[in-house]
Amino acid sequence: MNKASRLPRAVMLFLYVAFTLIPLYWMLNTSLKTNEETLSVFTLWPRNLTWANYITIFTDPSWYNGYINSSIYVVLNTVLSLLVALPAAYGFSRYRFLGDKHMFFWLLTNRMTPPAVFLLPFFQLYSTVGLMDTHIAVALSHMLFNVPLAVWILEGFMSGISREIDETAYIDGFSFPKFFIKIFLPLIKAGVGVTAFFCFMFSWVELLLARTLTSVNAKPISAIMTRTVSATGMDWGLLAAAGVLTLVPGMLVIWFVRNHIAKGFAMGRV
Amino acid sequence: MNKPYNNKAWFFILPVFICVAFSAIVPLMTVINYSVQDIISPTQSVFVGLEWFRAMMRDPELHGALLRQIVFSLCVLLVQLPLGVGLALSMPSKGWQSSAALVVLSMPLLIPWNVVGTIWQIFGRADIGLGGHALSTLGIAYNYASNPLDAWMTVLLMDVWHWTPLVALLGFAGLRSIPDAYYQAAQIDGASRWAIFRYIQLPKMRGVLMIAVLLRFMDSFMIYTEPFVLTGGGPGNSTTFLSQYLTQKAVGQFDLGPAAAFSLIYFLIILLLSFVLYNWMQRTGSKPAGSDHE
Amino acid sequence: MARIEFRNLGHAYGANPASAKDYALQPMNMVWEDGGAYALLGPSGCGKSTLLNIISGLLVPSHGEVLFDGKDMTSMPTRGRNIAQVFQFPVLYDTMSVYDNLAFPLRNRKMPEAEVHKRVHEIAEILGMSDVLKQRASGMAADAKQKISLGRGLVRKDVSAILFDEPLTVIDPHLKWQLRRQLKQIHQQLKLTLIYVTHDQVEALTFADEVVVMTDGKIVQKGEPDALFERPEHTFVGYFIGSPGMNFFPLKLDADGASIGAHKVALDAATLGMLKSANHTNNVLSIGIRPEFVDLAQPGASGALEAQIDSVQHLGTCQLITGTVAGHAVKAKIDTSIPVSTGSHWLRLARPETIFFCNDERIAR
Repeated sequence: MNKASRLPRAVMLFLYVAFTLIPLYWMLNTSLKTNEETLSVFTLWPRNLTWANYITIFTDPSWYNGYINSSIYVVLNTVLSLLVALPAAYGFSRYRFLGDKHMFFWLLTNRMTPPAVFLLPFFQLYSTVGLMDTHIAVALSHMLFNVPLAVWILEGFMSGISREIDETAYIDGFSFPKFFIKIFLPLIKAGVGVTAFFCFMFSWVELLLARTLTSVNAKPISAIMTRTVSATGMDWGLLAAAGVLTLVPGMLVIWFVRNHIAKGFAMGRV
Repeated sequence: MNKPYNNKAWFFILPVFICVAFSAIVPLMTVINYSVQDIISPTQSVFVGLEWFRAMMRDPELHGALLRQIVFSLCVLLVQLPLGVGLALSMPSKGWQSSAALVVLSMPLLIPWNVVGTIWQIFGRADIGLGGHALSTLGIAYNYASNPLDAWMTVLLMDVWHWTPLVALLGFAGLRSIPDAYYQAAQIDGASRWAIFRYIQLPKMRGVLMIAVLLRFMDSFMIYTEPFVLTGGGPGNSTTFLSQYLTQKAVGQFDLGPAAAFSLIYFLIILLLSFVLYNWMQRTGSKPAGSDHE
Repeated sequence: MARIEFRNLGHAYGANPASAKDYALQPMNMVWEDGGAYALLGPSGCGKSTLLNIISGLLVPSHGEVLFDGKDMTSMPTRGRNIAQVFQFPVLYDTMSVYDNLAFPLRNRKMPEAEVHKRVHEIAEILGMSDVLKQRASGMAADAKQKISLGRGLVRKDVSAILFDEPLTVIDPHLKWQLRRQLKQIHQQLKLTLIYVTHDQVEALTFADEVVVMTDGKIVQKGEPDALFERPEHTFVGYFIGSPGMNFFPLKLDADGASIGAHKVALDAATLGMLKSANHTNNVLSIGIRPEFVDLAQPGASGALEAQIDSVQHLGTCQLITGTVAGHAVKAKIDTSIPVSTGSHWLRLARPETIFFCNDERIAR
């Protein structure tokens, strides 16, 4: 790359990073203020810095349970989606079979329906099987849109591994499960990382289904946050603090997979 | 690689098929069932055939929401795609700067969608938000709660803030997969920066960009939570897009028959457009699964 | 065209290299004559790609200078060097036609369109691609694509050298020789300086007038193919060239003569004298002989040792026998007419073709 072109690119990147961070900073700012300060004086940073909002969240079960619930079903969903998508992606990648192209496109179509369409049917379905208000119900319902994406991404990575490796393993006497776990998976490690990231992301942020299928025991944090209006009006500080905390798991995930993402993206066709 | 034909591969697909079919087909059947009935009460319903579909064609509210949705999705694609590509080109490829850029850029993607709405709800207010306050200090009249244009701008800006990183990440991935030799050959051939972009980078990013277009189109066409939290669809119905209209009908008005009919049409619109895009992807060589790979 | 010279050229990726191991390319001097066809031969990781990148300007060496026709080009970027490079896989502008691909370097240098047209057709003629000029470059076969890559280099009249980095890697085996032959023809026709990097000795020996053999960042020999075969300067050259490579045995000298392990080897007086003068402490002597030159001998014959033969393979043109001599592996190529079986045989190792090495370098007779 020319050195001459580095400056405008650096400027653009800086501007966009600022654009990304400013609203987030504002939320952080609001979370560290009392509601009185927020509503009375406009300040760029808290004059009376207070941790009260965060303390509320960490000590009030109705709040912190929201985070725990969300984490549980998101992890459940990611694990289940991967378990189911890995063999399917392998099948698509290694073989042609009756209806393969149609099957693949049909999988994608499940991401094309607005979740609102599924609200009522899912509500009835999960009520009938007695899974209402459970983590597993949300995890299963999220598989609807995560599994197609997982298969799509994983298939791309798997196709980058040549079949010779499979064949060599069979000649060397590996059984299929052993080959898959000991040889194949390490090769697509980066792809699995990328997929896990996307599954985590789309499940963590989904609100509609998660709220509809839960009431008390498995209520996600995103639903709890919608209940911050009290007699004194909108509890901005608490809302902002809750918002800031929802960033934390995502940032952790991104930090852990950061190397995989760049390398992994480059390896696969994605 | 040449893939052998083997129907036993269905065993690999079976778990996925069962899961997704279970989640998709049962509701689909329910929806189709409801769409041709007038559901007067949970126990009483009357078959009405295509009545709801015909009513939809005549419903001005639906037309309004559809038009707004189309304009919104177009704006989204027109802004986010070039911006995302530009970002991808600007991101450092190695070193701690690369990791840092990735982490920062990914942050908006990881925020629950209602929190995204909340962030911008706060940010855009003149009394408690930095954005709103700054604008009013500059003397610009801005109120997303009462002015439809301001509401539109805010919703668009929020979506750009939220989703451009997806395009940027995909574009970044596409760029990383270009072997160094191409850039070396371009130097040897004396190519200009623009020529490198036009003849090497853009063609090689075609695959990921198609994925980005598909995902952004689908997701923007189905958008619900963020604008709902930010503006509630208002002022009036100026920011009521298709998904919110559907939810109003299904949940708010509890009119299941028309809601189901509309759901079907909604789904079919997206399906049709995505199918067209998908086939175009296949033909212009970006080879998604189901076809042979090199 | 250009005469390329290296003066004390070396490269270390880290700062402050202390020993030879720190260098990717050990400092050396060399001249690549104008119009010569050179092959740079060596195993993966020996530094040949580093060397190529220094010539092309994609890498600035940490030590020494590169001169083109006497001018110091060490820090000159690629653009100013007028070199062309063909890579391991075809590097093309996929969206353009064959014609536009070939015209690209010329258009970037603002050549008038009429001249571009003429030049592209000239080169297409030489490459035998005149009839596909209008086709999309991305749809062509791998060997055609590599020819287009080559063409982009040839099309510039001022190109000083063309560098090839293992260009036949993706070509089908039965097309490789065809492409190699075309390269040679082009070389004879256009008299360009060609530097061809490869790990395949057949490619190197058939393509080049002079072969430069490298290992571990060091150039161990530069010479014509038959010189490399018959008079390797370094054990590495002996081992790497030839199929199979040279046999090596450690040699010990004592009062009554030379021996390999416990076995005595009868050598003539002149040879013994030469070896004695090289036999200082800490020097390792070895004897090398190519399988082609090892033959069966009568028990106890001069220069022969007893060997245990483990296998005899019929290779059509000869028999390849494999075994051990004094605990060291040995291979020999024997004429098909001579009956050989496994078991104990005597093999003559000391012959006129035998090379003696001291610390891996050839002892000159």
